[in-house]
This record gives sequence, structure tokens and C-alpha cells, in this order.
Amino acid sequence: MTLNLTVSPDFAPDRLSGWYIFNTWLARQLDTPVHLALYDDFAAQRAAIAADQVDIIYANPFDAAMLVREKGFVPLARPDGQCDEAVIAVEAASPWQCVEDLQPGIRIATTDDPHVHMMSMMMLESADLSQETVTFDACDSYVLVAKALLSGQAGAGFFLSAAFDGLSPVTRKRLRVLIRSQISVIEHVLLTGPGLGGQRQQLQSALLGMAQDTKGAGVLGSLGFDGWQPVEQEDTEFMIDLMETLAS
Amino acid sequence: MSGSAAATGEVVREQLLTYQDGSERLATISDREIPFPDGRLIVSRTDTAGVITHVNAAFVEMSGYSEAELIGQPHSILRHPDMPAAAFQDLWETIRAGNKWHGYVKNLRKDGACYWVYATVIANLRHGEVVGYTSVRRKPSRRRVEESARSYAAMGGAQAT
Ligand SMILES: Cc1cc2nc3c(=O)[nH]c(=O)nc-3n(C[C@H](O)[C@H](O)[C@H](O)COP(=O)(O)O)c2cc1C
Repeated sequence: MTLNLTVSPDFAPDRLSGWYIFNTWLARQLDTPVHLALYDDFAAQRAAIAADQVDIIYANPFDAAMLVREKGFVPLARPDGQCDEAVIAVEAASPWQCVEDLQPGIRIATTDDPHVHMMSMMMLESADLSQETVTFDACDSYVLVAKALLSGQAGAGFFLSAAFDGLSPVTRKRLRVLIRSQISVIEHVLLTGPGLGGQRQQLQSALLGMAQDTKGAGVLGSLGFDGWQPVEQEDTEFMIDLMETLAS
Repeated sequence: MSGSAAATGEVVREQLLTYQDGSERLATISDREIPFPDGRLIVSRTDTAGVITHVNAAFVEMSGYSEAELIGQPHSILRHPDMPAAAFQDLWETIRAGNKWHGYVKNLRKDGACYWVYATVIANLRHGEVVGYTSVRRKPSRRRVEESARSYAAMGGAQAT
């Protein structure tokens, strides 16, 4: 039997080879062939999940909710110290100094990254802005969100915090952060499907021991992670409850 | 019962607060409002009776109580006398019926100052059973705070029981 591994489409593009290396490591640990299936966007990945074509997933927090509550997936681990936060930024010379300065009718550059969009929309509430009073410029990547701000096509942009910090120094200098979330609960998680019951324990101990093992440490390095932390079912349930309160 | 703290010009009143269990506390209530911390969420969880079981760091900072002082206390520890009883009746009816509750809430800090939040409360379902509630508060818009303050004042605050 071949297992299917997939990764949330919002992974950093320069980590693509890292995920292939992780896939090889995983197959060796489980002594089972593992196929890495990558999807272009969230919609395509969700279709694969719905069709039960996913066994192991490094999931976006938003999708983790659906995987746990509707599909019987179980959380195993999350990367050390990698909470997902959102940034709302403007062009450096923009007159706006805080979120409350933003006005109805503003055009906002955003991606299809669901949790970043949700956290950012939540931060607009104090400015009395909502889905109904802003317009969106849908971008395929955070680099394009930055471009939309620099070209004046959009007045504000939503970023995954880590993606904003990863923009080139030249680009970052021409942008200004209006607000950055500090939620500290929302995070990507590695989950296994209900069919993987028998190998779950084995996989979790292999993940947790990765940083101590020379080969494992190399694999972590290529993913940009320091190590994995165990995640209990209740940790993920709490994150899901919290996100449910944020969804409007 | 009202007076002014000469040094700061802030209006201060002493008020005896009565809680549902009959206990009382004499609180010094000021009109000083602490701004909501940008980008953060104030999170707490309770058991099914509304007794606090978990608070996050922002909750501790904003309430002015230590975590140890909060855990095990009824959530009304934060109740501000300007909040009408009807708001909380609505909260409990809504969440007991299994629905999500949203509302603007003025909270009382340990030091008598206040902070406004936009709160959402949901039931925590585990294996189909309600095991407790989670409340997540975020920064409210000024316009909605002012509207809420007016309508709560019209409802007479805690007196309107
Ligand atoms: C999860 C949860 C969070 C709550 N948070 C608050 C709060 O922040 N401030 C508050 O005054 N009441 C809060 N309440 C409502 C209190 O339980 C209580 O109903 C309210 O303070 C009124 O007090 P009383 O019922 O003693 O009249 C919360 C209730 C729940 C279930």
C-alpha cells in the first residue's frame, strides 16, 4: 500500500525540495512507499481530502478544523515555535498610521490562504470594516500582494507574518506594518488519517526524535524547522474552537 | 458616593458589587479605560457553570488579576456594574441553546479601571457533549463601543435586574 502525503499549499516556495526530502525520510521510517501529492491551491487539496486521497497531511490550521471534526484525522505534531500570525501592511508612504485609519471602499490585496485572511479580517473590525465595505484583489502569492501595494493597485495587503518577514529587504523597506497579530495559538499541524491507526505511534516518536538524529536533523534543516512538538487532540480542539469564534 | 482623584482628575466611585452567589465586594470604580492591546486576543475557558478553567496571558494582563486569582472563580469576577443583567441573560440563553454569542462587553479590572471588548462565546463540544465554553475577545470598533455604552446606560446597567 502506498501512503499519500500532502502539504498545505501555503508552504514557502523555497521549501519544495525540503518536502520531497521529508517524504523520502517518512517512507524510510514507516517502511512503506509514500507519495507526495502537491496541489496548486486549497480548493484542489480539499477535493482530494474529500475523496479520501490523503493519509498524512501538513495542514493549514483552517483545514485542520475540517480534518479533525469531519474526517477523523488525528493531530501528531507541529513544528517548534512556528505559530501562524497575520500582518496588515501598507505602502511605506501611505498616510495611514493604524488600522483605524483605513476607510470603507479600500482595496485590499489578499491570497487564498484561509487563516491569514480570517485573522486579517478580524483585525479590520476595530476600523468598522467588513467583507461588505472593502474590495479584494486576489493574489497568487505574498510577493504579488507586495507588488499590488507598491504599484498602488491596492491600499492595504494581508500577509502571513513569516511571508512578510521573508520578503526581500528592498521590498520590505517600501512597505509598512499597520498591525501584526499576536494570537499564538493558530498553527500548522501534521495529522494522520483514520486509516493510519497502527503506524501513528511509530510516526510520532520518529518525528519527535528527528532533531536528535543526524539524518533527521538534516531533513528538518531542509524544511526550515528546529524540531517537532507533540500535539494532543485537545490542543487542536482548542485551536479549532478559537478559530470558530473568529469566523464571522 | 462619587469623588475625584485630585491627582489624575479621574472620576472614582465606591460601589458595593453583589454577585449571584450572594457574595459582595466593595469596588473602587474609575472611569479610566485601558485600551485593548492591538493584534491580540483575550481568551478564557470555563466549565459548564461559568467557572474559569483557563486564561491566556492577555487575559491576565488586561484583568489585572493573577492567573491563580482567576482560575476557579466564576466569570462574573470581571462584571462591570454598568453592564445590564439582560446582556448576560442573553449570553447564557444563547450558548445553552448551542449557539454562538457575540456582544460588546465592558469589563471591570481588579484596580477598578475598565476595558471594552467584542466577545464571542461558544460551547466546546467533545464527542457530542458540551464540556465547557470558550470566550475570545477582540478589539472593538469605537463606534460600536459608544453605541453599546448608550444602550447599556438606557437599560440601567446592573440595576435593571
Ligand atoms: C466563556 C464565558 C466567558 C464570560 N466572560 C465574561 C466576561 O468577560 N465578563 C463578564 O462580565 N461576564 C462574562 N461571562 C458571563 C458571566 O458568567 C456572568 O453571567 C456575568 O458576569 C453576570 O454575572 P451574574 O450572572 O453573576 O449576574 C462569561 C461567561 C462565559 C460562559
